[in-house]
Amino acid sequence: MAAEQKFTPQTWPESPEQATLEGKNKFLGFWFFLGGETVLFASLFATYLALKDSVPSDTHAKAADLFELPLVFLMTMLLLTSSLTSVFAMYHMKNYSFKKMQQWLFITVVLGLGFLACEIYEFYHYYHAFEHKFTSSAFGSAFYTLVGFHGGHVVFGLSWIIALMIRNAKRGLNLYNAPKFYLASLYWHFIDVVWVFIFTVVYLMGMVG
Amino acid sequence: MANLHPKSGDPKVTYEYRRKKNAEEMRMQVITFTMMIFFTVIAFVAVGAGFSKWFIIPFVLLLAVVQVIFQLYYFMHMSHKGHEAPQLFMYSGVIVAFITILAFLTIIWL
Amino acid sequence: MSTIAHAQKRGFTGTIWEYLTTVDHKKIAILYLLAGGFFFIVGGIEAMMIRIQLAVPNNDFVSAGLFNEIITMHGTTMIFLAAMPLLFAFMNAVMPLQIGARDVAFPFVNALGFWLFFFGGVFLNLSWFLGGAPDAGWTSYASLSLASEGHGIDFYALGLQISGFGTLMGGINFLVTIINMRAPGMTYMRMPLFTWTTFVASALILFAFPPLTVGLFMLIFDRMFGSGFFDVAMGGNTIIWEHFFWIFGHPEVYILVLPAFGIFSEIFPTFARKRLFGYSSMVFATVLIGFLGFMVWAHHMFTTGLGPVANAIFAVATMAIAVPTGIKIFNWILTIWGGSIKFTVPMLYAVAFIPSFVMGGVTGVMQAAAPADYQFHDSYFIVAHFHYVIVGGIVLGLLGGAHFYWPLMFGTMLSEKLGKITFVLFLVGFHLTFFIQHFLGLMGMPRRVWTFLEGQGLATGNLISSIGAAFMALGIIVLLVNIVITQKKNIQVGRDPWEDGRTLEWAIPSPVPFYNFKQLPLVRGLDPFWIEKMEGKTDMTPAEPVGDIHMPNNSFVPFVISLGLFVAAFGAMYHADEGKDWAIPVLIIGMLITFGAMLYRSVKDDHGYHIHKEDLLDEAEGGTR
Repeated sequence: MAAEQKFTPQTWPESPEQATLEGKNKFLGFWFFLGGETVLFASLFATYLALKDSVPSDTHAKAADLFELPLVFLMTMLLLTSSLTSVFAMYHMKNYSFKKMQQWLFITVVLGLGFLACEIYEFYHYYHAFEHKFTSSAFGSAFYTLVGFHGGHVVFGLSWIIALMIRNAKRGLNLYNAPKFYLASLYWHFIDVVWVFIFTVVYLMGMVG
Repeated sequence: MANLHPKSGDPKVTYEYRRKKNAEEMRMQVITFTMMIFFTVIAFVAVGAGFSKWFIIPFVLLLAVVQVIFQLYYFMHMSHKGHEAPQLFMYSGVIVAFITILAFLTIIWL
Repeated sequence: MSTIAHAQKRGFTGTIWEYLTTVDHKKIAILYLLAGGFFFIVGGIEAMMIRIQLAVPNNDFVSAGLFNEIITMHGTTMIFLAAMPLLFAFMNAVMPLQIGARDVAFPFVNALGFWLFFFGGVFLNLSWFLGGAPDAGWTSYASLSLASEGHGIDFYALGLQISGFGTLMGGINFLVTIINMRAPGMTYMRMPLFTWTTFVASALILFAFPPLTVGLFMLIFDRMFGSGFFDVAMGGNTIIWEHFFWIFGHPEVYILVLPAFGIFSEIFPTFARKRLFGYSSMVFATVLIGFLGFMVWAHHMFTTGLGPVANAIFAVATMAIAVPTGIKIFNWILTIWGGSIKFTVPMLYAVAFIPSFVMGGVTGVMQAAAPADYQFHDSYFIVAHFHYVIVGGIVLGLLGGAHFYWPLMFGTMLSEKLGKITFVLFLVGFHLTFFIQHFLGLMGMPRRVWTFLEGQGLATGNLISSIGAAFMALGIIVLLVNIVITQKKNIQVGRDPWEDGRTLEWAIPSPVPFYNFKQLPLVRGLDPFWIEKMEGKTDMTPAEPVGDIHMPNNSFVPFVISLGLFVAAFGAMYHADEGKDWAIPVLIIGMLITFGAMLYRSVKDDHGYHIHKEDLLDEAEGGTR
């Protein structure tokens, strides 16, 4: 069957993710999904901005009390770098070097897990040191929802990439799984796009009040 | 499967050409990445240095927008051919997103 | 592989299994039609109960609390579970055929979209049997819905969340289908108007449903998991819900009405036997309506207190929408003008639609004037307005479309005689019911009121309104009888039964083969089938030789994914109750079912199968023998 045809680097098509009709459809459908996700995150950002520092009483922590730059900087660097490593992976995908693609994806996953660990620590810290909870104030609800939705996307993206790596470890690249790898990397970049706005709007702007 | 071989001509030449093109694009992406890191550092430094908030907020927002454009156009290849429909829908999404956020900043009160 | 013969012989259980696992857009269309039709009848029964309660002053046919549940469920059911799926039925049945596609872009996702909608709808309606339905109105404003006791609102939020995912997937599927799967020669500006309106409506779905998802998420978490988005005591703000609901809710109006416009834009040229007047301006108007549809949501909130500046901006934007809509109305009229008109049942609906919808549009512009809206707001004037738009636009479109496309979907023709009886009963009933409500509203009758007193001057008007509702119900009953008789007789009418079909869907044999087109047709202009007919040909010119056709495999996974969310929703809903320790495990099990099924789908390769060229040729010979 065409989808499982074997290739060499020479016969591998120029845009393997769009070489089949199925791939083209997935590619377009996924971009549209990202368009919808843009609106979804905008809605969460809008809610956060409307409810920022909106707490029941002055004893509750506000944005400027909570955030610390070093941790956020570390998280940003981890995620930005993982975006670059997934670009490397797609570079090797286009050159039909499966091993190198898997290696770069693995690094991406490791960096993503590092980001996730920082985020879990961060939430834990806010919860215990500041009593800043999902259920303690509207600000808390909005903060954890926005950042947590992003974290949920990270979890989903990591699971997706890991599943693809394991599933295809033995059989290498073909035109059936190339679109899947490509979409997973698009998703990963989109997570990074959202994070750029989160660290800017939530953390940096939160620090200056 | 004619559609698998869009380019006619000597396969060896087109192969070399593609490898080179991919490598060039990769260099471009590394440069982009360096600039993104640079912007990020500036943004954090600006906040850490404690400038006036009327400077910081527009400044970091501008940097974020530039970073996201880099991300979309270079990392996600939106500059490539065949991305007309994705561009249309991403921009439509951005318009709706902008209006939503604007509304929540202006006509939600209390 | 004798795939073709195999696909045609099945027993009863085989048929059920086929429909549970189908990924064929034509069968999914039938599923949408059945499920949407069922919910339409449920919503209709609720409407009749409202009108019985309001028929006479001081009535106690239902209690005040039950009345609130009925009006809430009537609105919610009709919008989300009847109008949307019925339109999706026609989109699925017709659009791929109109653009000359063998299938939709994502057959699997298409099936998933249906099952999510279906389980969401069932979940919502189970509320009647499990402690009471939602009772905060279909808009479910947060201050009221947070205060509502019992699980009614939980059913609302969770049920709509699930069916909303389904709609979103359906929207993306249609968008990609229209962009990627058009037949050779089918350029954008040759696409039939119904395809165009499907396209714009799908784009609106893509951008309007995420805000609803976020809003419902917050409602779910505020009610079930202790967050404080709308809880003022925790610093929350109920206006947020209003904004999200209407950022979604207003585009939703256009998501519904644009496809109805599309159906009429197919009916008019067919039965006036003239090409659609001003095709390109129709396309332009459709896109413009879609764009403006996102700029006007706050006109539902004029009385919330947004301030004069915001009110003025949204008032002007709202009035602007009348312009593209007006373009459309004039184009339809000019399409009929000078045509050789056949008054079939679909054409009757189309002709009746124009004045009915214009009345709804005119009252819409009246309300767009923010100061005047302060008077109309929450009165029966509003009820009259949006029923004129929804029934006069969308429901007439659905009924006309049902008669028009019935031969395409089932191969049989609904009786014209009974169809005309339905039409007269329904149209008379509709105007009788809702025209008078304008005046009831202006006389001060508030919306959603349970009853009224004698001597308030509202009795006669309400009685007339209730009589009209009975006429509409009779019309629908006649339609159902018509359907039963037609399907019982099962007289196959063959291809192009209206004789004046203009677009590709009428060019294929009836019943439509499961692979749609043996050879993709070559499209040479707008109304491709009409062009061929005018040149004396009976068939489309094929754009390719007969070859193998790639088909997707059936799958039970969409059903399982949706079932998982359905199970999880019960867990989420009951976990806050005292002594229901089973709730959290149920939530987790449901999620595991869903994500497990998704993972299964992801790692299990599914390449589909091929119908071989020889089988296709054999079948063609068998047909002529």
